[in-house]
This record gives sequence, structure tokens and C-alpha cells, in this order.
Amino acid sequence: MCLGIPGKVIDTFDRDGLPMGKVEFGGIVKETCLAYTPEARVGDYVIVHVGFAISRIDEAEAEEIFSYLQQIEAETTEPPPEEPNAATGDGGAT
Amino acid sequence: MKFISEYRDADGARRLVDVIRRQVTRPWSIMEVCGGQTHAIVRFGLDELLPHEVTLIHGPGCPVCVTPIEILDAAIAIASRPGVMFCSFGDMLRVPGSQQDLLQVKSEGGDVRIVYSPMDAVTLAHEHPDREVVFFAIGFETTAPANAMAVVQAARLDLKNFSVLVSHVLVPPALRAVLDAPNCRVQGFLAPGHVCAIMGTEEYRPIVEQYHVPIVVTGFEPLDILQGVAMTLRQLEEDRAEAEIQYSRAVRPEGNRLAIAQIREVFETVPRKWRGIGEIPGSGLGLCAPYARFDARTRFGVEQITVEEPKECIAGEVLQGHRLPCDCPAFGIRCTPERPLGAPMVSSEGSCAAYYRYRRHAGP
Repeated sequence: MCLGIPGKVIDTFDRDGLPMGKVEFGGIVKETCLAYTPEARVGDYVIVHVGFAISRIDEAEAEEIFSYLQQIEAETTEPPPEEPNAATGDGGAT
Repeated sequence: MKFISEYRDADGARRLVDVIRRQVTRPWSIMEVCGGQTHAIVRFGLDELLPHEVTLIHGPGCPVCVTPIEILDAAIAIASRPGVMFCSFGDMLRVPGSQQDLLQVKSEGGDVRIVYSPMDAVTLAHEHPDREVVFFAIGFETTAPANAMAVVQAARLDLKNFSVLVSHVLVPPALRAVLDAPNCRVQGFLAPGHVCAIMGTEEYRPIVEQYHVPIVVTGFEPLDILQGVAMTLRQLEEDRAEAEIQYSRAVRPEGNRLAIAQIREVFETVPRKWRGIGEIPGSGLGLCAPYARFDARTRFGVEQITVEEPKECIAGEVLQGHRLPCDCPAFGIRCTPERPLGAPMVSSEGSCAAYYRYRRHAGP
């Protein structure tokens, strides 16, 4: 019921005083009301629910999950054991 | 599709599961609130990837499932009248009332129409001035701005033949009801991403503080859900309770101010009965006085309907996370998507429908 699909705004226009857009979802184009995301421009991605864009996707934040993963992996992975006898020159063989 | 495919990456999922394994030291139970999240979890088998210490409990976040049977009967009574064009999201058509469902009304000649958007119902009212067009306005906070806009547009167009049967529900009071239940096992929540895209996180902070429970606003794709679980577990393991946002590409802490303003313009908070759970104070939205003329309940005189829910259906316990769909003796036998006893079996987001579709043949 709260299904929201990300789509790309490919056109904007006005109808009966409401800001509207044509939004493309993997090839399918639907008319969408942009009254709640008036900042959305052609080329932006919005989340669409029952014919209304409810949020403009923040493309920088969309990458956050991947930097989170790198950061938390670095934090939670046990550091490799210290190289034994680095001075003897056999360290690094793995 | 962009912003979907990259969050279904198998390698990313494995890495997140590894992170979760390294973080967890003891058993934890986390409720995913939204039915859309439940479907992703069951469809992609995310619960089966998690370490055995982590239990996901399916929550009440399916508006179709929690719409009380009285409102279904009111909808059926209105839709059966001559001259009425009854418009609804498709999910509601098979939800059983006490005697029949909306699909049966349609098969007997009632003019019941499935619409994609509430604005389609406004357009139908504009095009058919000789008909009474009624829209079944259900949903959580996600859908409220769209339904509010339909009412405002009908007022602008001065439509006399348009009305709405409102059964809106709100998430925060439902979380309180879950936490107040005597046998509550929930220690953290994955909050519904699209509800919070509208409302933000402000109204979740008092819950976090009062119950010392982590709430992480989470998206709907596998990597979103696994990251939401990882963030919730980290709070639990560190004995922290905060409202955090995993789904930051769509959710801002302040929510969508224009949408919130439109909800407040049209609706006011009312007590609401939840199917299988009972009345929760302040858990619904109803039309406020300036828009009361659009209320289908008073227009068609269906305010007084009271009926019993079917005894065999355990939907209430499933919706509160106390039991699983497969614990129900009727599951898959006397209750199927074709002949449902309760709404969670028919809604595209109901837990019972998810288990029927993806886990019906799974062994114990």
C-alpha cells in the first residue's frame, strides 16, 4: 500500500493549477503530480506513490549505503595479526 | 531500474550479513513495521540469511489489513446503491466484509472501479455529474497527502457528487500499542520509509525516549533492510536508543513540509479501530469540519454499522507479531488468496499473502 517507485522526471507541466510531471519507470511513463516536490526538475528522480511524487531522491545520499559498508567493514573486521618478525624478512607471505 | 537494482546486489547483501554476524553477541528481536518490508524479507529470504540470534517480527504496517470490518461493510453498502460509482485501490476489492466483498458487489452489477490515484476518482466525478462518486480513502501517512489533495481539488471544482470514505491510520500510535502489549517481544523497529518520507522522524523521538527502543527509518530493497538491521543491532548492542535514518536518499528528518501541511488542512486526528487489534486512541485521520461535506459516511448514513470479525482468523495476532501466518490452522487450507478469511491473506502487503506466496511449501 505504501509502495513507492523511483522514476525519472522527463517533462514538467501545469494542470488545473497543479505542478505535474511525466515520470518514467524503466520505459513506462506515467503522469505524476509534483505538488509535494515542486523542486523536482527534468532529470531528477522522484519516489512516486498513487500518482504523487512524495520525495525527490538525493543522489549523493543514495551512495551512502556503500560508504557505510566500507566504513563499518573497516571498523568491525579484526585487524590482521601483526607481522611476526618483520625484521627477519618473511613477513607479507600470505 | 535505477535506485532499485543496485540495492539488490548479492555481494553487497553478503557483506552486510557478515557485518551483522560480527556485531551480534546475543539474541535480539526487531520488528519491521511495513508490509512492503515484510514482503521483501520473505521474498528474498533475508530472515534466513541473518544469524540465529536475530529474529524479525512482522508488524502491522498494512493499511488494507488493518481496515476494520465495519468500514468494509459500509463500503459494500455504499457501493451496492444504484447511482453510485465506487472507486478504490485494487487491494481492497477482495478483502472480506462480514457477508461479501467489493468484488462480489461488482460481479452483481455494482459500479466498482479500481483507480491508480485518488485524483482519478475526482476526474470521474467531474466527468459524471449525474453519478455519486465515492473514493475509498485508506492508507497510512504515505497516502494521506494524495487523498487530501483529492478532497481539496474536489472543493476547488465545487463537486457536489464526490465524497470519500475515510479510514486512514497512523503509524506512531500503532508502535506504542505494540510496545504497550503485555507480551511484547520487540526491542527495535525498522520504521516505514515512505511514511517517514512524508512525516520525518520528529514524532518517533518521544517513543525512542519513553521506551528506550531504537527506531531506524528503513527502505524496501534487500540492502536497505539489511543495513537497517545492522544499524538497529549496533544501537542495541551499544545500549543506545535513537531515531536514525537508513533510507536517507528519500527521507529527511523534517519530512515533506508541503505534504504535512496539506494533511493538516484536510484531516484531523481521530480514534480508529484496527482490524483484529481494537481501537487505538489518536491512531486515525478523519475529515476536519471545513471538509465534512465530503464525508461519505454521513452522506449515505452508514455510521452505525457494527459487526463481528470471523472467529477463526488470527489476523490480529499476526498483525501484532505474536504469531506467524503458518501458525494458523486455516492457513492455506480454509484461508487462501482466492477465499480469504482475513485481509492479510489478500493484501499485496499482508504477511499471510507473503507466506502463502513464498513459504507455502517450506518445511518446518
